Amino acid sequence: MDLIWEGLRKALELLLTLDPEVLRITLLSLKVSGLATLISLLVGLGVAVPVALNEFPGKRLVIALLNTGMGLPPVVVGLFVTVLLWRNGPFGFLEILYTPTAMILAQAVIASPIIAGISLSALQHLPPGLRLQILALGASRPQMVWLLLKEARLPLLAAVMAGFGGVISEVGASIMVGGNIKGQTRVLTTATVMETSKGNFEVAFALSILLLALAFAVNAVLTHVQQRDRSR
Amino acid sequence: MSRATILEARNLRVHRGRAQVLQVPALDLRAGEVLALMGPNGAGKSTLMLALAGLLPLSGGSLHFKGVELRSRPDREAFRRRMTMVFQDPLLFDATVAQNIAVGLKLRGVPTAVREPAVRAWAQRLGIGHLLQRSARHLSGGEAQRTALARAFVLGPEILFLDEPFASLDAPAREGLLDDLGHILAETGSTAVISTHDQGEAARLAHRLAVMKEGTILQTGGLREVMNHPQDPFVAAFVGMETLLKGQVMASREGLLTLRLGKGAGGREVLAMGEAQPGQTVLVGVRPENVTLSLQTDKSSSARNTFPGTVTKVLPRGPFFKVELDCGFFLAAYVTAQSLAELGLGPGGTVVASFKATAAHLIRREGLDAEV
Repeated sequence: MDLIWEGLRKALELLLTLDPEVLRITLLSLKVSGLATLISLLVGLGVAVPVALNEFPGKRLVIALLNTGMGLPPVVVGLFVTVLLWRNGPFGFLEILYTPTAMILAQAVIASPIIAGISLSALQHLPPGLRLQILALGASRPQMVWLLLKEARLPLLAAVMAGFGGVISEVGASIMVGGNIKGQTRVLTTATVMETSKGNFEVAFALSILLLALAFAVNAVLTHVQQRDRSR
Repeated sequence: MSRATILEARNLRVHRGRAQVLQVPALDLRAGEVLALMGPNGAGKSTLMLALAGLLPLSGGSLHFKGVELRSRPDREAFRRRMTMVFQDPLLFDATVAQNIAVGLKLRGVPTAVREPAVRAWAQRLGIGHLLQRSARHLSGGEAQRTALARAFVLGPEILFLDEPFASLDAPAREGLLDDLGHILAETGSTAVISTHDQGEAARLAHRLAVMKEGTILQTGGLREVMNHPQDPFVAAFVGMETLLKGQVMASREGLLTLRLGKGAGGREVLAMGEAQPGQTVLVGVRPENVTLSLQTDKSSSARNTFPGTVTKVLPRGPFFKVELDCGFFLAAYVTAQSLAELGLGPGGTVVASFKATAAHLIRREGLDAEV
């Protein structure tokens, strides 16, 4: 028990003194996962909208694949991205392995199916006649898509929260494609793993608390937006 | 009054998968008229409406809007903006009433300064002016459908399609909205197509009637014409002509027919209006509101068809009661609650039913088997 109390005390100290290294790690986490979520939102909607609005052979298979993709193991993604970006790999010339860019890429691969899957379900749950109603009101096709997305905005926010939650907390892919390089690719999760393995529990505690706080803060903002709209 | 045809459909066909779900040889819509599409669920009313509104791909036929063929035009979207549609489900957006009414105008890029007064005016006109800032989520069924109607009317559509707009409303909301919609349609001189399976709604709103069954139109005509002269038993039943009598023409003179009803009816004679040859077997229909009931034969009455009968059923029908009689043949009559009480009518009671020859209309002559 002492270990825990000591850890928490030390964690608080690190937080209150705004340790520069801890601050840098936190900001990088936010930046990498935030950008990855943003990219995933674009990719996810880019997939979900055409799948939701069109009937085509194999649609069920696509949906099944998307839903499977929502549970993509980060280490598998990490492995594939690493191989692709490896010096002799097909995208080795980009020389981005062990950079935050590679981490953003890997996290976007993880979050895209999550956001696509939830968005697709959100769009499919809109009233079936709504599309015709929107067209009957004189909408062009892009206007129709915009109105449908606007109408599904609450579940779409949930999709963004799920996507962000998935990548801010993952460690496997980040450590594989980022390498946990101090000052360059070290994020909250990879740092926590390292500090724990080194026995520096108090630092690990501090990082974990920050991770939780960050996840909470981002979701609190999104939830506030969502629920304010809900109760209006 | 002759009006210009603004929508002309010819040989309209729609397929769903391989099945043909709509096949309409011809339908014209004239400027300023309200056309009611009637028919049971699955008759193709909604499909026809979506096809006419350009919201459904046609698999064949032609559709002319003010003389312009719509199917082949690349700018169909521009034409679509000249009509709009209200569905049974109000399908409001998750926004305020004002924002909902403004949607179509916004899509057309109408500036706020023009939009806002128009939105307010139509909200007032539909009795929801006090709800403009209310979330559409917190509206009653009637208020929601009024919002949907305001959202459509504010666009000033050249054709307004109304797909069973009252079907989900409770009786008081429906009554109020029927009245208001009737006034607005008349005041604006709107051209509209409304689908309904309620003959009362059709009678209150429409100038013309098209009765549909199984993806096609059985009969089109003026409201009174279709109501009083249905061309076949299905249409007759659907427009509320409840009594159908089969008989053989005994005499035909200047449009007045003398019929002898079948054996089951004890060979009773009925006078009816229509053109037929003696010896032919025909079907005539009588609307229940044209049958009067009394306790004794009224000598002064001009009704030529008078039959004593036994009451089999008394059924409430909105403000009236429907009395079903066995006169040797089935006969239905509408009476008021007061008449019902005065006549002391109930199942088993006896009564005299009468209707004028002009209330008995020839429905069809052919296709009946000759045996009477």
